[in-house]
Amino acid sequence: MRIGTLKESYVADAALFDSRTQHVWLAIAAAALLLFPFMANDYWLYMACLVAINIASSAGLNILTGYTGLVSLGQAAFMGLGAYTVAILQLRWGTPLALNLLAAGVVAMLGGLIVGVPSLRVKGLYLAIVTIAATFIAHFLFANFDFTGGTSGLSMRPARVFGTDLDTSFRLYWLIVPVTVLMLLGAANLFRTRIGRAFIAIRDRDISAEVLGIALLKYKLLSFGLSSFYAGVAGGLFAYFFRVITPESFPLSMSIFFLAAIIVGGMGSTLGSILGAAFMTMVPELLKLVFDLLPGGADLTVFLAPVRLVIFGALIIVFLVFEPLGLAEMWRRTRRFFHLWPFKN
Amino acid sequence: MDMDWGYLFEVSLTSVMGGGLYALAGLAFVMVYKATRVVNLAIGEMLMAGSYLFFTFAAMWALPLWLAIPAAVLASGVLGAVIERTMIRPLLGEPPISAFMVTIGLGSVLVGLVEMIWSADQRRLPDFLPTQAITVGDAFLAPKIFWGAVIASVFITAVLLVFRYWRGGVALRATASDQAAAYAVGINVPRVFSLSWVVSAMLAAVSGIIVGSIGGISSSMGVFGLTVLVVVIVGGLDSVLGALVAGLLVGLVEGLAGAYLGGEYKLLATFIVLVFILMVRPYGLFGTREIERL
Repeated sequence: MRIGTLKESYVADAALFDSRTQHVWLAIAAAALLLFPFMANDYWLYMACLVAINIASSAGLNILTGYTGLVSLGQAAFMGLGAYTVAILQLRWGTPLALNLLAAGVVAMLGGLIVGVPSLRVKGLYLAIVTIAATFIAHFLFANFDFTGGTSGLSMRPARVFGTDLDTSFRLYWLIVPVTVLMLLGAANLFRTRIGRAFIAIRDRDISAEVLGIALLKYKLLSFGLSSFYAGVAGGLFAYFFRVITPESFPLSMSIFFLAAIIVGGMGSTLGSILGAAFMTMVPELLKLVFDLLPGGADLTVFLAPVRLVIFGALIIVFLVFEPLGLAEMWRRTRRFFHLWPFKN
Repeated sequence: MDMDWGYLFEVSLTSVMGGGLYALAGLAFVMVYKATRVVNLAIGEMLMAGSYLFFTFAAMWALPLWLAIPAAVLASGVLGAVIERTMIRPLLGEPPISAFMVTIGLGSVLVGLVEMIWSADQRRLPDFLPTQAITVGDAFLAPKIFWGAVIASVFITAVLLVFRYWRGGVALRATASDQAAAYAVGINVPRVFSLSWVVSAMLAAVSGIIVGSIGGISSSMGVFGLTVLVVVIVGGLDSVLGALVAGLLVGLVEGLAGAYLGGEYKLLATFIVLVFILMVRPYGLFGTREIERL
């Protein structure tokens, strides 16, 4: 809570960004996002796009896991559904980009609802295991259907918008980052509405939530649907970004990656989705840097993948044990320190 | 087309025997769940850790088998104790979902460590099961699977007896049925928690060694754990009997699907059983029926 901000109306109190300082920072962030593509080289643009896609998907998982308290390990599968939808729509019918992305979200959402129905009858833990099952079933379907291109997958043309091919990271940046920002705003706003508050009530105590008149099944399904919708759109962006999708593009370890991202970033916080996804995407890159600095770095590259797995897992454990609210809480603590300085916080 | 009854019998028998291993691993899972209410998603990875420890002792250090197997099982028990003390104990009192997610992280760490130390390649464990072919009537049984099932059932029986008559086992069952009451009669509940993790890790190691000697070991062995999770859900998370029956059942379904539809349908068939059970009997075949319906 920021001190020294006076609210004169409920509208002001419920506003998403409620202080001048916040507005200034947001303006700076927006300017940075706008200027970034003109300053950065190809590598950083590529990373920025990847981070943005991961943020979008993490924000979706955060709605389900962070705000509603249901663990899902199917985020990658739903991204896969979205990615395949986009690829098939583009290759078969050449439909426009906006429609494809929307369809990706809707298809993933339907897939999510189908998976959700049997598992939501009992407890959240079952959901996690059924979503693992869904990951394998999705992989099976992707690999065995004709129209998904079997095990070799699908290759797409670059997306075409207003006569321009989105074929470089620079051009894709202008598609991916705005969509992600839009989705983040949507997620942040969701928790000012009845629906979002119902999710939080379910997470905190499901029985009390039901007593308060929240239809548990409906809201759990809604949360699951929304989360898969985010995954689907993120998957669609993924498809436009990489332009080759195979059944192997969406393994279970990718779902664990997203779970790690929201745990590290902070569950139940939009800032957490952003920080966590950015951090987790950069970890492998940092690892590569460290490996290059070590003597005999070239021989060590075989260790890159396993070390990554260990670090992802260790981050999940360490954050859950020592900092369950994640990087977002660390950021808030730092901010509080400066707000209250020179007083002790 | 005529049904080949002999083939069906042979496949069913082999699959049910293979299911014995699921039952053993399922028992390892249920042990932890009953005592501590922690859903251990890393069960497959703990199984893998056990088999790699055995690989190290038997193949790399060339220890004799009678030493290598107990050493691997004991080392796994130590691993279980370490996991419980460092990761699960600090989360006592936190929402159950935290401990659950910690085990996901644990699985990832174990896979990474195995790939770092032993590389991701498939390895063969030294043969220690008899290779004399077994026949039941006309049906031919793979000897490794037969002896694997025999060992699994010996261990299952031993565990059931131990938990019926040994003090520590009774303490564990008491803790499982009512934690507060167990405290009240002087049972050291945190120690019971440690005990359940140790025993679970040891059982996982035993089944890991058998599974590894049948099909070889690799860093993707954790997939076996997915089927184990299906087994325990189908059986009912907290039911020992459920784990045993469901282990055999899932083994049978998987074997039949593999034989008649093809290997890639195995996992699919198990998951279809899972979804079906969740829709019809969400608490599993023999699980405690939860009173709250959410």
